[in-house]
Amino acid sequence: MGLEELVPDGILTTTVEKMVNWARRSSIWPATFGLACCAIEMMATSASRYDLARFGAEVFRASPRQADLMIVAGRVSKKMAPVLKRIYDQMPEPKWVISMGACASCGGEFKDYAIVQGVDTVVPVDVYVPGCPPRPEALIYGIMKLQEKIDRMKLKGDHPAPDVIVETPRPTGSTAGSGQTTPMSGVLPPNPGPA
Amino acid sequence: MSATTAPEFKTITINMGPQHPSTHGVLRLIIELDGETVVSLKPVMGYLHTGMEKIMEAKSYTKSITVTDRMDYLSPLGNNMAYVGAVERLMGLTLPERAQTLRVILLELARISSHLVWLGTHAIDLGAMSVFLYCFREREKLLDVNDMVAGSRMTPSYFRVGGFFQDVPDTFAPYVKKFVEEFPSSLDEYHNLLTKNRIWMKRTIDVGKITAEQAVALSVTGPSLRGSGLSYDVRKAQPYCGYESYQFDVPLGKNGDVYDRYLCRMAEMRQSLHIIRQGLDRLRPGPVRSDNPYLFPARREDVKSGMEELIFHFKIMSEGFRPPIGDSYFSIESPKGELGFYVASDGEPLPYRVRVRPPSFINLQALETMCVGRMVADVVACIGSIDIVLGEVDR
Repeated sequence: MGLEELVPDGILTTTVEKMVNWARRSSIWPATFGLACCAIEMMATSASRYDLARFGAEVFRASPRQADLMIVAGRVSKKMAPVLKRIYDQMPEPKWVISMGACASCGGEFKDYAIVQGVDTVVPVDVYVPGCPPRPEALIYGIMKLQEKIDRMKLKGDHPAPDVIVETPRPTGSTAGSGQTTPMSGVLPPNPGPA
Repeated sequence: MSATTAPEFKTITINMGPQHPSTHGVLRLIIELDGETVVSLKPVMGYLHTGMEKIMEAKSYTKSITVTDRMDYLSPLGNNMAYVGAVERLMGLTLPERAQTLRVILLELARISSHLVWLGTHAIDLGAMSVFLYCFREREKLLDVNDMVAGSRMTPSYFRVGGFFQDVPDTFAPYVKKFVEEFPSSLDEYHNLLTKNRIWMKRTIDVGKITAEQAVALSVTGPSLRGSGLSYDVRKAQPYCGYESYQFDVPLGKNGDVYDRYLCRMAEMRQSLHIIRQGLDRLRPGPVRSDNPYLFPARREDVKSGMEELIFHFKIMSEGFRPPIGDSYFSIESPKGELGFYVASDGEPLPYRVRVRPPSFINLQALETMCVGRMVADVVACIGSIDIVLGEVDR
């Protein structure tokens, strides 16, 4: 990913880590990846009234190679999805994705043959911003959430900082034959798992 | 390689888009170049195809209005109007005076709002960054109007078949009046920044020329056609919403180049202000809905006390309404050109077929005529001057 790869094991980098995270969170460069209506709201966020520069994220780059945040703003059609994946792959590490709006997050209003039902089926998404389209305040809030996430990043190891995922235990004692699992008393209900 | 054989010159084919900042969305162009001169240009579309016409067949007439918002998302109310107008024509509805006037005011505000995005992005494409910031400053005020009347900045879905879903708040008229008073000075600002700017003139004058004959042959409408000097405006040719009773001019260009199209749209914004002023003068209190009981539910108190009202409320909320069997076409002068909706009904609560005549899609066909023989840098100026919205091109 970067210079941190060269740091040998066993060296604690707490202060450097803080500094690097501060630098990364304070100068997020988004790629101009406008697709539909949300793109206009993304432009409004960077324009006069909302002024994304206050959060250090106003330098929209046309080239993915200079960007470290992809704001997927709008509906992703099945024809566009491979292009989106390629642009994501072209971005240098570390990189983040904000899924802006209902369409990018889950297909939104358009549940049909043409639209990808959620961009997280194509690229990993860090922050989902709801709305159709989200107001600029919502996008700014999403960027602030992303900054919080960057703050938690470790210099060494996995990237980006893995969220703490609590796996709920699946009940082992089977209710034979019924094919259904009943939640045990005092334990969380069983995770249905992927369909 | 022997020194005697001359090198063979070939054209190269480059790919512009679909992710390109100056194609205003996800347009892809395959450009054949001889050096830097465009030999041929082919737009490739469908990167934002949403299947909206098909979706609308599965939604009731009222629900479809939300889909039209996301078609030309720079002037959502224009799309609302074209769709709602087609259904109203199908049902033979007449609207109260206040609803007509409000529609005209809101449509003209939407036109200004759309032209401001066009101006900002067009200028940014040609290297004038600050114009974009000025345009969006003014546009925010218009988005506040949407916010005020419908509660949403960009996708208001404010129009309904037979009027509006609610009246505008009391703050609406003073706010719009204030905007109309302030906006001319902002327009002057844009003119100061661009109109006599040398770089702007060099980049736009005599670029992307298209004659009136060519434009007509390609079915170009809207400011892109009027820039070539042909006066065709749906507001004049087939007036709707009572446009025939408003005084306004249709600005025309002469040369049909990028600069003339720019001047046309700038002048159009001034004319829109003129229309809004007249509309504000006519605005009188009154109903904003048609009195057809099949379209709008009764007042809440009546629904709670009357059986008939309750039944109508339930039918409207659960099923919608059923237009008579037949079809209709309705077109408006959207900021991009002639936007038409064709709606066919088989008497059910869902439309049998909805077809859109998108001005952006049809105007885009003129791009090749404009660009061939010019430099590759002019392609960007030409795309900007057609003012396309990919949401409408691909639908």
